[in-house]
Amino acid sequence: MSDLIDEPSEGENTPEFTVTEISGAVKRTIEGTFGHVRVKGEIGRVSRPRSGHVYLDLKDDRNVLSGVIWKGVAARLAVQPEEGMEVVTTGKLTTFGGQSKYQMVIEDIAPAGMGALMAMLEKRKAALAAEGLFAPERKRELPYLPEVIGVITSPSGAVIRDILHRLRDRFPRKVLIWPVAVQGKQCAPEVTRAIEGFNAMTPGGALPRPDLLIVARGGGSIEDLWGFNEEIVARAAVASDIPLISAVGHETDTTLIDYVSDQRAPTPTAAAELAVPVRSELLAWVEEQGARLTRAATGAVDMRKQRLRDLSRAMPKPESLLDSPRQRLDRATERLPAALTRAAQVKRLRLSEVSGSLRPATLMRRVDEARARLADRAARLNPDLLTRDVKRKKDAFEQISARLSRVATGQVQGWTNRLQALERIRQTLGYKETLNRGYAVVRGDGDVVTTAKAAKKAASLEIEFADGRYAVGAGAAPRKAKPKETPPDQGSLF
Amino acid sequence: MSDKPVDKMSFEEAMAALEAVVGQLERGDVPLEESITLYERGAELKKRCEAKLKEAEEKVAAITLGEDGQPTGTKPVEGL
Repeated sequence: MSDLIDEPSEGENTPEFTVTEISGAVKRTIEGTFGHVRVKGEIGRVSRPRSGHVYLDLKDDRNVLSGVIWKGVAARLAVQPEEGMEVVTTGKLTTFGGQSKYQMVIEDIAPAGMGALMAMLEKRKAALAAEGLFAPERKRELPYLPEVIGVITSPSGAVIRDILHRLRDRFPRKVLIWPVAVQGKQCAPEVTRAIEGFNAMTPGGALPRPDLLIVARGGGSIEDLWGFNEEIVARAAVASDIPLISAVGHETDTTLIDYVSDQRAPTPTAAAELAVPVRSELLAWVEEQGARLTRAATGAVDMRKQRLRDLSRAMPKPESLLDSPRQRLDRATERLPAALTRAAQVKRLRLSEVSGSLRPATLMRRVDEARARLADRAARLNPDLLTRDVKRKKDAFEQISARLSRVATGQVQGWTNRLQALERIRQTLGYKETLNRGYAVVRGDGDVVTTAKAAKKAASLEIEFADGRYAVGAGAAPRKAKPKETPPDQGSLF
Repeated sequence: MSDKPVDKMSFEEAMAALEAVVGQLERGDVPLEESITLYERGAELKKRCEAKLKEAEEKVAAITLGEDGQPTGTKPVEGL
């Protein structure tokens, strides 16, 4: 600020704020002015961090407003925010000085009109249908006659009364009522817990587990029925092991649970009709079956009795069985003597026919014929032929004998010649021939002696010449020496 | 014909079995001895059906819930 120029610039007298001061001032202004507002818009991005608070954007075609739902509030909201939902939020505006932001603290959310609700429902339906939860093959058969029926509905009001009345009319049964709120934000969680609770019971336990469930509610506005459109209810119905009939609202109201239940009843009364058969009809049916049973059983016996009667009627009398054979016998007996006489006559006639042609002349003629044939054969029997044949055969035999003799003699002569030739060769090769050429064999004590040394040792010696043997020395007696082996030195001569 | 003992059958099973027995007898093609056995079985099934129908006893109870929403027991319901 200049001392010389005393012209204060514009706005100089405006008080100065610190950032915190202005921030606080804005906060006060905004919270003061917008302490309770309702804002309509479409929900944009929704985030749910661990803290449990819910952060979301509200938007229209131009602007965005940040919103927060504190944890405690979020838990008790009837409608949970979903992206794309058209809603009216109630709450207050506040600022967030640390980031120079403002936002809305939401205390309640309501769908903005029917269209928004229906659009949301369509979206859920599409999602569950895509999971296959509406498939017809998922639907289970209801038990024909359930022992215990679990009814999930409001304990007071027309609905439970209608159901009980109709059950009583048709077939009184054990009924367990699980009281729930059927509208408002408690509706969905309570119905869900009831379905799960019934399924958790053990059959035959202290609390008998129902074998059929009915979830029922009377008619109402779509907002009233909204609890039955909640996904948790639908999923509980899908997970239920106990077959489930849904009867929510009037016939024209179809809620999400109707798509996943095993049977949908248009009204609570209709649900009771689906649940049990009519006892009096069944009693009549059983009676009728009993009657048919007896009729059929006695009928079977009667039928056989009748058949037996018929058959025995059709059976012939025993005496009549013999009538016809007896008649045959009578006729045969009558004809027997006549037949015998006739047979004798026929045979006699044949005998006389045969004996007529039997005469000695016939026999004689046959003898003569045979004799003539004999004479003829005897004349042709001539010994000459036989004799000629014998002579011819004898000549042939003599010829062959002569040839045999010639051949035999020649062969024996040949063998003799060969034998002599061999003997000559044997003689030539023997040592005796050598003796003939002047050599001698010396033997000492019977053995051939070939050295002077051996001759000295011998007690007596014998010398063989070609013409005989000569003993040398005392006691030597001429012996017939056996032919000895040719000594080795002589062997080498060959 | 199922082998399940008759007194273990549900009403529906007994009903179906009885119907089968009656049908078989009515066709009349069952030997006599067997038809007697069948008749006896039919009578037994009929008794079972009647017994199940006689069990038609109404008992209505409401579940009482604790603070946490879990069932704690039942109380009889009158006048509905």
